[in-house]
Amino acid sequence: MVQADLNIILPEIVISVYAMAALLVAVYSAKDKLAAPLTWATAGLFVLVAVWVSGMTGEATAFNGMFINDGFARFAKVTILVSAAAVLIMSQAYMSRRGLLKFEYPILIALAAVGMMMMVSAGNLMSLYMGLELQSLALYVVASFRRESVKSTEAGMKYFVLGALSSGLLLYGASLVYGFAGTTDFAGIIDAAHHGGSIGMLIGLVLVVSGLAFKVSAVPFHMWTPDVYEGSPTPVTAFFATAPKVAAMGLFARVLHDAFGSVTADWQQVVVLLSILSMFLGAFAAIGQTDIKRLMAYSSIAHMGYALMGLASGTALGVQAMLVYMAIYVTMNVGTFAFILSMEKDGQPVTSIASLNMLSRAAPAKAIAMLVLLFSLAGVPPMVGFFGKLMVLQAALDAGLTWLAIAGVIASVIGAYYYLRIVFLMYFGQAQEDALDHRSAPVLTVMLMASAIIMVVGIANLFGVESAAMAAATTLVQ
Amino acid sequence: MEKIILFAPLVGAIIGGFGWRIIGERGAQILTTSLLFLAAALSWIVFLGFDGETQHIHILRWIESGALSTDWSIRLDRMTAIMLIVVTSVSALVHLYSFGYMAHDDNWTHDESYRARFFAYLSFFTFAMLMLVTSDNLVQMFFGWEGVGVASYLLIGFYYKKPSANAAAIKAFVVNRVGDFGFALGIFGLFYLTGSIKFDDIFAYAPKLADMQLHFLWTEWNAANLLAFLLFVGAMGKSAQLILHTWLPDAMEGPTPVSALIHAATMVTAGVFLVSRMSPLMEYAPEAMAFVTFLGATTAFFAATVGLVQNDIKRVIAYSTCSQLGYMFVAAGVGVYSVAMFHLFTHAFFKAMLFLGAGSVIHAMHHEQDMRNYGGLRHKIPYTYWAMMIGTLAITGVGIPLTHFGFAGFLSKDAVIESAWAGTAGGYAFWMLVIAALFTSFYSWRLIFLTFFGAPRGDKHTHEHAHESPMVMLIPLGVLGLGAVFSGMVWYNSFFGDHDSVNKFFGIPAHAEAAAEGHGTQTASHGDDHAAVGVAPQGAIFMHPDNHVMDEAHHAPKWVKVSPFVAMLIGFVMALWFYIWNPELPKKLAETQRPLYLFLLNKWYFDEIYDAIFVKPAMALGRFLWKRGDTQTIDGTINGIAMGIVPFLTRLAGRAQSGYIFTYAFAMVIGIVVLITWMSFNGGAH
Repeated sequence: MVQADLNIILPEIVISVYAMAALLVAVYSAKDKLAAPLTWATAGLFVLVAVWVSGMTGEATAFNGMFINDGFARFAKVTILVSAAAVLIMSQAYMSRRGLLKFEYPILIALAAVGMMMMVSAGNLMSLYMGLELQSLALYVVASFRRESVKSTEAGMKYFVLGALSSGLLLYGASLVYGFAGTTDFAGIIDAAHHGGSIGMLIGLVLVVSGLAFKVSAVPFHMWTPDVYEGSPTPVTAFFATAPKVAAMGLFARVLHDAFGSVTADWQQVVVLLSILSMFLGAFAAIGQTDIKRLMAYSSIAHMGYALMGLASGTALGVQAMLVYMAIYVTMNVGTFAFILSMEKDGQPVTSIASLNMLSRAAPAKAIAMLVLLFSLAGVPPMVGFFGKLMVLQAALDAGLTWLAIAGVIASVIGAYYYLRIVFLMYFGQAQEDALDHRSAPVLTVMLMASAIIMVVGIANLFGVESAAMAAATTLVQ
Repeated sequence: MEKIILFAPLVGAIIGGFGWRIIGERGAQILTTSLLFLAAALSWIVFLGFDGETQHIHILRWIESGALSTDWSIRLDRMTAIMLIVVTSVSALVHLYSFGYMAHDDNWTHDESYRARFFAYLSFFTFAMLMLVTSDNLVQMFFGWEGVGVASYLLIGFYYKKPSANAAAIKAFVVNRVGDFGFALGIFGLFYLTGSIKFDDIFAYAPKLADMQLHFLWTEWNAANLLAFLLFVGAMGKSAQLILHTWLPDAMEGPTPVSALIHAATMVTAGVFLVSRMSPLMEYAPEAMAFVTFLGATTAFFAATVGLVQNDIKRVIAYSTCSQLGYMFVAAGVGVYSVAMFHLFTHAFFKAMLFLGAGSVIHAMHHEQDMRNYGGLRHKIPYTYWAMMIGTLAITGVGIPLTHFGFAGFLSKDAVIESAWAGTAGGYAFWMLVIAALFTSFYSWRLIFLTFFGAPRGDKHTHEHAHESPMVMLIPLGVLGLGAVFSGMVWYNSFFGDHDSVNKFFGIPAHAEAAAEGHGTQTASHGDDHAAVGVAPQGAIFMHPDNHVMDEAHHAPKWVKVSPFVAMLIGFVMALWFYIWNPELPKKLAETQRPLYLFLLNKWYFDEIYDAIFVKPAMALGRFLWKRGDTQTIDGTINGIAMGIVPFLTRLAGRAQSGYIFTYAFAMVIGIVVLITWMSFNGGAH
């Protein structure tokens, strides 16, 4: 029995064992000199595991339902692993040039990845919490990775304290749910909720939702995001903006549908509220930003609002739309952060938006790629980003959430402003004397260009993500 | 071959218009012109070798949408063949002429290049016009119809630095929109009732349409009449018939070659072409046709009266064009489409010639267009003088009465007038046309006398430097002169001879029975007594079996046949009297009959009336919507939100982001409170 269970969680075991083995090897040998190869090795392992996971079929549970390996989990895992690998590859050059690349970094990321894989496969409140904490602890550390920097340590500190608070809320909610349902198993909770859920259980649900909303940085649990994004080293920010968001969103969907799928009407209103608040705050607050990393923080808040819109519809179509949206979002963010990582002036990283003035003249290829990505982020047709928005709006409409869809459109109009402002600066801004450095690491250029090209070429069929997401969504929503 | 004719001008337009930087301005001019000459040569081969049998030349599958399915193909029949030679010949000559006319232009500074653009526009126009005349269905025709509209707009406004040219271009475009709206409604209606836009299908359905009713504008109409009328509204706009004629005189703002090509010979005759092309439908719409006749006659008269007093040489010819188009519509309106096409055909030659001649005069006089400043030019520019003379002899209809010997206009115009007599039993249209013929003669000779005779008037310096135009401008005049002299005599029998030759020319199969009756009626191979839907009448035009107008016209009394000639003579003598024998008379007459003079000089005040009824209210409405509606309401709201509320909220969000953990934690706790409260009220908690 245990043998079968272990087989099911074999991908997670492989990465965990790899992480621990790498830690031991590095500690007892060359230490930080091994950091670069380790980073590449970790990225390579992620890709291999992603291929492995994507080749799996069927639905299986392990450890009495604690762990679920279904199509939904696999879709999320592949997205998480591939995006984490991409960010790792992008980080390597940047971090080694600044002496930031410690051998712990890839190992922490690997552990975070295991946590995230656990999250999306969770079938029980306890495995949920386990995955969540494994991921969070790794992230707290990498947030403050630049130990000598006040901002970086502040970011890690803030993230940790607020994360602890959110974990507390989540645990409190979980205990309420357990108290009223009599079980921590999702399958049991859904039955209990179906047969007359009580108010206490619903309050527990709201608390659990709040804890998850913190992880996806939905308003009003978003306050940490801009500070952490700005303070963390940029590669870490890039990581925060991608894989963990997918994992948290996957967990969100998992809890709402697997554990509370029978009381959709109860949580729908809550998710709708989170969605609207996130979309609008993301749009409004980003306008005032002068730092591109903070801007991306608000941008991701707004994007989470749209993903939540898909979730709010409470249908398989909505989950599919959410998955597609997250896949597109991650791709766009990888490209955008590749660009941000390449922003340098005299070898020093810069993150001010003003430094992008007239970039089109200094680096036309980068500017056009960034233009495509920004248009895609803003949801301008015919870029792929538009289709992501279209799908979540469609899902919301089909579920009868017309007002939510209208609010989403209005928010996206407001949000378009700050994306377009960057385009404006790049093409019509004032020429400045000390332009950005031309040189950028080849890997960053490749990532940026690839991401931009995907945003244009993908409109043909979204590379089949749509059908894969549909298959994944149907395994989750019965 | 037909495809080459159709696409050669397009190729020229594209290469000349977009590629002149590579091949040079001169290269673009030569390329477009030689392609046009190629098209013209092929057109003549097609025309002369054409046997009258309708052909469909498939080009490509065009539209496939629901019930609407149509090809893009060339319909080659006699009408198309005629139009092909008219369009390509005049266009080729105008291209050649433009080499000289556009060589130097004061509207452009030295380093600005405009010639390639001009030639590309001309070629584009030619392509669109060929699209129109070769169309095999209504939508294809509409494509060409709009294409020539665009080209006309571009060419009228060619001197885009002149405000008046821009205004004229817009006016032409807008007035044509009114007509096109009618045309479009007609197409919709035909598609609605017949389920097809192909000419053959519609023609086959036409007899049925005559018995159908169509609900439109709260009233039941006879379908054939209504649709014929709507199509005619389109024709009115394009062919500058009364009510929608105001754009044509203003269109003279364009360079003179444009006026010759577009606003005399080809585009403005598209309306006549449309009515003739739709003859199988028109034959079943007697009321609409009566209206066409009435309006054509009125326009012929109206434009001729206005032409009497105009002083701008091009405007005189423009009103003359308007008037001659009226003639064509009368011929079509009474059901003798072949004569309408005949007059279209001959008119193209002599009117293009008059315009090009006028252009030569203007060129000689350094862009002076007021005839009051001309005079005595026949010695300065003899070739131009003789060309204008031939054109005038042709338009006024000089020939030997009661024979078929005379200038082109003599034969075709007399045919129109005789048809009008037969078609209306000597009524309104006939008399209007005879009076108009008198006026035509008067203003045409007035133009000649004022320009070429008498003492030089106006700027002395200009007169001294008046010079004959270069050869490239004179050759087209000569070629058109041949057409103006001979085209009537050569093709008289084909267009207006006995019905056998007309039938043969237009490819109409003579009905066996009808032939047996001796006094032939022209009929389609399927008479309407079958009410047969399914087979379209063959041949380029269709005349109802009961339509005997052409035969009656042949048998008109002598006085009818002589009347236009007499009118022409009276007009000539009056012009002679007014401008040669007693040059003071016009001034005196203008003073004694001042109201009448002003009425004519101001073109019956049409522009002023339109300005008061349509333009001013439309401008006022536009200004209201712009200032109040757009600027204040919409922009105000958007700007208010974008510049007031959004920044306020942005500042608020920025302030909330205090940087203190306790603020953040507080926000989270408040958030939970809000969420739980929210769920308690809205969720399933109750």
